[in-house]
Amino acid sequence: MSTPHSQGLSAPSAVMRHCVLLITGALILVPFVWMVSLSIKPPGEIFRASFSFWPQQFYGIENYTRALTEAPLPQYMLNGVFVCTMIVVLQIAVCAPAAYALAKLDFPGKNLLFAMVLIALILPHEVLSLPLFILGYQIGILNTYAALILPFVVSPFGIFLFRQFFKTIPDDVIHAARLDGLSELAIVWRIMVPMALPAIIAFAIFSVVSHWNSLFWPLIAVRDQSLMPPPLGIMAFKNEEAGNDYGPLMAASTIVVAPLIIAFLSAQRWFVEGLTGGAVK
Amino acid sequence: MAEISIRNVTKSFQATSVLREVSLNIADGEFLTLLGPSGCGKSTLLRILAGLEVQTGGSVAIGERIVDGVRPKRRDVAMVFQSYALYPHMTVAQNMALPLRMRRLSSWQRLPLLGRFMPGTTATTAEIERDVTRTAKALGIGHLLARKPGQLSGGQRQRVAVGRAMVREPAVFLMDEPLSNLDAKLRVQMRAEIKELHNRLGVTFVYVTHDQAEAMTMSDRVAVMLDGELLQVAPPQQIYADPDDRRVAEFIGSPKINMLEGKVLEAGLANMAGAAFSVPVQVASGTTITIGIRPEAFHVVDSHGLNVLTGSVRMVEHMGSDLFVHLDVPGTDHPVIARLLAERAPQIVSGQTLHLGVKPERLLLFSADGRRLRPEDHAGATVLRMKEHVQ
Ligand SMILES: Nc1ncnc2c1ncn2[C@@H]1O[C@H](COP(=O)(O)OP(=O)(O)OP(=O)(O)O)[C@@H](O)[C@H]1O
Ligand SMILES: [Mg+2]
Repeated sequence: MSTPHSQGLSAPSAVMRHCVLLITGALILVPFVWMVSLSIKPPGEIFRASFSFWPQQFYGIENYTRALTEAPLPQYMLNGVFVCTMIVVLQIAVCAPAAYALAKLDFPGKNLLFAMVLIALILPHEVLSLPLFILGYQIGILNTYAALILPFVVSPFGIFLFRQFFKTIPDDVIHAARLDGLSELAIVWRIMVPMALPAIIAFAIFSVVSHWNSLFWPLIAVRDQSLMPPPLGIMAFKNEEAGNDYGPLMAASTIVVAPLIIAFLSAQRWFVEGLTGGAVK
Repeated sequence: MAEISIRNVTKSFQATSVLREVSLNIADGEFLTLLGPSGCGKSTLLRILAGLEVQTGGSVAIGERIVDGVRPKRRDVAMVFQSYALYPHMTVAQNMALPLRMRRLSSWQRLPLLGRFMPGTTATTAEIERDVTRTAKALGIGHLLARKPGQLSGGQRQRVAVGRAMVREPAVFLMDEPLSNLDAKLRVQMRAEIKELHNRLGVTFVYVTHDQAEAMTMSDRVAVMLDGELLQVAPPQQIYADPDDRRVAEFIGSPKINMLEGKVLEAGLANMAGAAFSVPVQVASGTTITIGIRPEAFHVVDSHGLNVLTGSVRMVEHMGSDLFVHLDVPGTDHPVIARLLAERAPQIVSGQTLHLGVKPERLLLFSADGRRLRPEDHAGATVLRMKEHVQ
């Protein structure tokens, strides 16, 4: 995005800034471009020494057909959509009231609880995978959707983020809501959450992206192909298709990341608006 | 019917005590103002009345009912907050409709999509809309109903906040410095409008302010509060002319009342700042007392004598119809300020010597601990009188 007037910056520094941005952007984009390029090349061209974006022989139809037919890719995608939606919805349903209590209510043990949230925030989720696996085994939910969803429902990051945001909402607004007759839960859903919408959206994007892409826990928790989320499915696909048949694999990968990119691009405008337009005063 | 009775209410946050034994009766339909400097506990008392804060001790009754432990929404009180506390994500109409929706619709009828199909929802919603529109028109914000609070000016937001409280037709209105965020001109205008609103609705108003002009112009009675204590509760004129306590006299009035320290010489006569004053109170000679003289109580006299202060003029401020004369009187640490009518005062210039006389009935006498000494009283009776006022 280049602005016509360079906001008081002198020409050389504006050029510098754009160079840096372009290089960073290119570094991030190159693997994606490569992936898309590989997904439309025939096997023979993939390992050729010279690189060109466009294949000499367009092989996209074949690669994408194989990606969609040889492995149940649509099933993986649906699993991903279902699991990610459930995780986000449940996370918000749990985190918002918890964050409200920590931010705005007074009760004994509040600081201790918040300290525990902070500790949980420091622990990487992988540390918990063995206990979670055993727990899942004990209550018999391994190899079900529940195994993919439930371990992520309580998000310390979500509680922390919402709490910080709720703290900035003035007490008087909550007092007014109480006088207007709202219950504490109604205050959370009808006042706090709408007022904290930018934070909620940011959190939802973060959560969807990380769970759509997560491989580690699904690898442990499910074995059934019909339950696998996309990255795990791709891995299974690769194992089955052993050898160096990278075209269909790259096609599958492209299909898997496409929804995220489309969703992000279409939400972007809204997201930026949410950050700047909702100011209270 | 909503008289309010506050009995010995105390409030402390951890170790700090914010309200000390506050007792106050407010009549049905009265406009009572809580007046006091910043941090004296006015908002805390108001929040206790609304049920948003729980008192440490004492009890509150609204109407016939003791409301301790009753939730805010069951108290039939509405509050206008200092910061307005509008919901920024809702339009003006939604802001004003929310209290009605919460009361008139059942929780099923309020469901986002399904609610519309519940029996009676449409009729009630239409009724709510009508009430909101009527109230908005009465406040002159009818054309703003579709806007969000962020798109309104300060004065318009203030009206929306009043509208949201008014639309419910509560028995008691609580207002916490609703005008403090407005500019001076708008404040004067809104002052009149709120007073008119009170006349029209005829319900009980408890109005918090630290602005004495608001308190004096709007109230039936003023309750002066300082450091968590009610010092005096009385009609505005009485608060000004007949204060019970030295702190009340000093807080009310601008420019500030002149306070002169002195000793009683003999029965009925005291000496202060080199002048003799007649003090018609029965106190033992040698007692230290303070005389308070309002700036406008002075008039220019020709020569020194009984009830006359003499000093040299330090500064003259012309205020149009009035003159403020700052007089250096030997034996006082602050200049004495007199407010004289411009047409009656002769040409006064700085540096000249001036004699200012006071009628003895305009002297306000205070004992050393700040209690008011009244002519017929002897020290001690004042305490009883003060108690009567408060009860
Ligand atoms: N939650 C709280 N915890 C601790 N102290 C508090 C709390 N709320 C209020 N206070 C203290 O109580 C005192 C009175 O506060 P309050 O808000 O009632 O003052 P106020 O008279 O309304 O002042 P202002 O005119 O500035 O609004 C202040 O000293 C304040 O610091
Ligand atoms: Mg206050």
